[in-house]
Amino acid sequence: MAKYGILVDFEWCTGCHTCEVACQMENHLPTDRFGVKLAALGPWEISKNNWQHDNIPLFTNECNLCAHRVAKGKEPTCVKHCQSKCLVFGTVDELKEKMTDKSRQMLFIP
Amino acid sequence: MEDKGYTFVPHEKPFKYTEDGLKVTRGSAWTGPGCHIGCGVLLYTDENDKLVKVEGDPENPFNEGRLCARCLALPETVNHEDRLKYPMKRSRDDRGKDKWERISWEEALDTIADKLIDIRDTYGPETVAFYQGTGRDIAAWITRLCWSYGSPNYIFGMSGMSCYLPRVAGCFATTGSFWLGDYSQQFAQRYKDPRWKRPDVILLWGNNPVVSNSDGLYGHWVVDLMKMGTKFITVDPRRTWLASKSEQFCQIRPGTDAALAMGMLKVIIDEELYDHDFVDKWCYGFDELAERVREFTPEKVEHITNVPAETMKEAARLFAKADSAIVQWGLAVDTTKEALPACQAISALFEITGNIDNPGGMISPPSILYYAGGWGDEFLDPEVAKKRIGLDKYSLLNFGFQVASTDEMLKTIETKQPYEMRAAWLQTTNFLTCTAPDPHRTIKAFRNLDFIVGVDLFMTPTLMALADIVLPAATYAERDGLRVGDGVQRGEAINKVTQVGEAKSDMEINLLLGKRLRPEAWPWDNVRDMFSYILEDAGVGMNFDELQEHAPAYIPFEYYKYKKGLLRADGKPGFETPTGRIELWSNFYNNAGLDPLPYFEEPSPGPLSTPELLDEYPLVLTTGARDFTIFHSESRQIEHLRAVHPDPIVQVNPATCRTYGISEGDWVWIENDRGRCKRKVEETLIVDENTISTDHAWWFPEGDPENLYDVFDLNINNLFQYIPGKSGFGCNYKTLLCKIYKA
Repeated sequence: MAKYGILVDFEWCTGCHTCEVACQMENHLPTDRFGVKLAALGPWEISKNNWQHDNIPLFTNECNLCAHRVAKGKEPTCVKHCQSKCLVFGTVDELKEKMTDKSRQMLFIP
Repeated sequence: MEDKGYTFVPHEKPFKYTEDGLKVTRGSAWTGPGCHIGCGVLLYTDENDKLVKVEGDPENPFNEGRLCARCLALPETVNHEDRLKYPMKRSRDDRGKDKWERISWEEALDTIADKLIDIRDTYGPETVAFYQGTGRDIAAWITRLCWSYGSPNYIFGMSGMSCYLPRVAGCFATTGSFWLGDYSQQFAQRYKDPRWKRPDVILLWGNNPVVSNSDGLYGHWVVDLMKMGTKFITVDPRRTWLASKSEQFCQIRPGTDAALAMGMLKVIIDEELYDHDFVDKWCYGFDELAERVREFTPEKVEHITNVPAETMKEAARLFAKADSAIVQWGLAVDTTKEALPACQAISALFEITGNIDNPGGMISPPSILYYAGGWGDEFLDPEVAKKRIGLDKYSLLNFGFQVASTDEMLKTIETKQPYEMRAAWLQTTNFLTCTAPDPHRTIKAFRNLDFIVGVDLFMTPTLMALADIVLPAATYAERDGLRVGDGVQRGEAINKVTQVGEAKSDMEINLLLGKRLRPEAWPWDNVRDMFSYILEDAGVGMNFDELQEHAPAYIPFEYYKYKKGLLRADGKPGFETPTGRIELWSNFYNNAGLDPLPYFEEPSPGPLSTPELLDEYPLVLTTGARDFTIFHSESRQIEHLRAVHPDPIVQVNPATCRTYGISEGDWVWIENDRGRCKRKVEETLIVDENTISTDHAWWFPEGDPENLYDVFDLNINNLFQYIPGKSGFGCNYKTLLCKIYKA
């Protein structure tokens, strides 16, 4: 059976917390448990006009890629609702392919 | 029924269907809770009609299935145990005390109607003020209630009406229209519509759209455009994520926006980068503008704004050379004391570069029910209309929202001049927490009033402090409605799926009360008939029942309306101004005794205007930065939203923290000579060493109601005063001097 994952194009993540809250509501998680949690990297200055300033959604062991949704042909709720459209759900093979298209991406495989 | 040619999008399913034992209802998310947009949503309800889940509607072109945390957590808001669930009253002597008694809707509405009619008969309708806040669907319904009751005193509880209204009034006075960015939001096909063109450049000015979603803008559209290749310039005191993504970042000293804009105008004019043809044909007063900005050299502007001269020049060039460009401006422009000249200077950037009514530039938003004008002014007696508070002092109040002056109203309540105010209707506003400067003065003034009614989703510090009767308002999941808010309108239906307690929608409340106060202004049997009337009037070609099935409906739209005679009442080409042109030199301002050209005035107190204060108050304070999961004073009791941002914070540069002996996580006081408020420190390089930035509108719903939920310890407005700009618009909410020390 094909393996699935989520590709994170963190270049575009604004840090809006949609993925966190979508996951908590969908999976009935309390406020101190997360299927995905944001990390803020920055801001700090690397060199003139070049700043480190990223948000990165990090997936936890609670994430099962919304198996109940995927079984019905839907996307994981974080992917569906991501306001920057910077999360992609797919088979690991597809996502590995996509990963080579551009820099600043991360692949999550549960 | 007239059909003006609205465009619809195809739907795979009817607007109500079932999925895995749950009912799903498609609709729009416009409010409450508060918001400025109204995304397409799918509401999931169970067999007891309880709201259990919300998803974004992928068929709605507005948000394309996306959704922010506040709507995703909506079931928690709707079903929250602290919701106001039925009308309540308490004795006038018990204002501020948690001594509420449940009453029926019949008793509540009859009591309110009897009291207001008695006041109207005895003292005159102008002695009742109708206050609204922002974000919850109210402008149409409260203006109709206010004006049909007979009062001219429709009002927004913020000094200088410093949110949206200054930009609207300024744009109307100088161009006859309001202007906002073209993100293709007016087209059902969105980015794929062949008429639309991607803007080359977006100049973000005092606006962090991914967080604030203001003026009908779905904030993440800017990220869509960034991916598609649009370049960005950011003007902000804070290094936001968007600032770090921008080609040019102007890290401006708060309150100096007009100086920066005038510096950019000088570069654009000196380097001949403006649209000569557009200026010659369609602008008035260009030479006077050029002369006015002549002194704003890059060096002078750097001294005033802290923006390096080179950065400012490059930003001006990038903007002016763009084929099409948007100024994505926000209320930071409104929240400066001299907001109108700042607005005028920033507008001139898009005006002299011809970014008016063009694809990918600035467009005049089409409407179904014109938001800024109110609804039902024909019911207001013209003689009583003249008694609107502030109108004699500030003639610019005639443009845009027909509000009374908030600053003059406070004086009227205090001094009983020119007449004594008797009552206030507070609907969608929590001003003691959010918008009112000097909350102690505000509360004292309001307690003079004989009778105060509040309408809200939850008990708030404002209603706990002041109201004699509170009415429970519905969220959008509990009501039918139309999305007739700010920005580009479209025919969206808000569809009721659940009921909480006895809550009623704001529109239904106003209809029921309106029928008691002035029946001929409210001829409809129910709100659905009222909405159908509005749809028919707008030529949507369907009634409310039909719109529920087919929404969203896109209004016919065309560019370059000024060339086709579509912007003027007389049908001639040009703009609805005395000269028929965009007035860079404003006749209206001149006639109102105001400077006809943009100007810059140093914010005071401030490092350049009051340097003598710097020893005691060395830091520049800016306030009101938005947070992703919070809308103004809302969301503080919604567990999954509060958890993201649990405490009121102040952002402080690490070097500044060292100087003042504070560090990450410390509770501190921010203080000036007027007062102080409590905050938790976030050490961050988002601000420079001279500036600190803090949240606004904090209260603790978990706190003691009779201590007004700790609002007086938490309210940043303790440090602010009612001081509007010369036009009556604008107030320095975003710039002050302060000190900071450990609590």
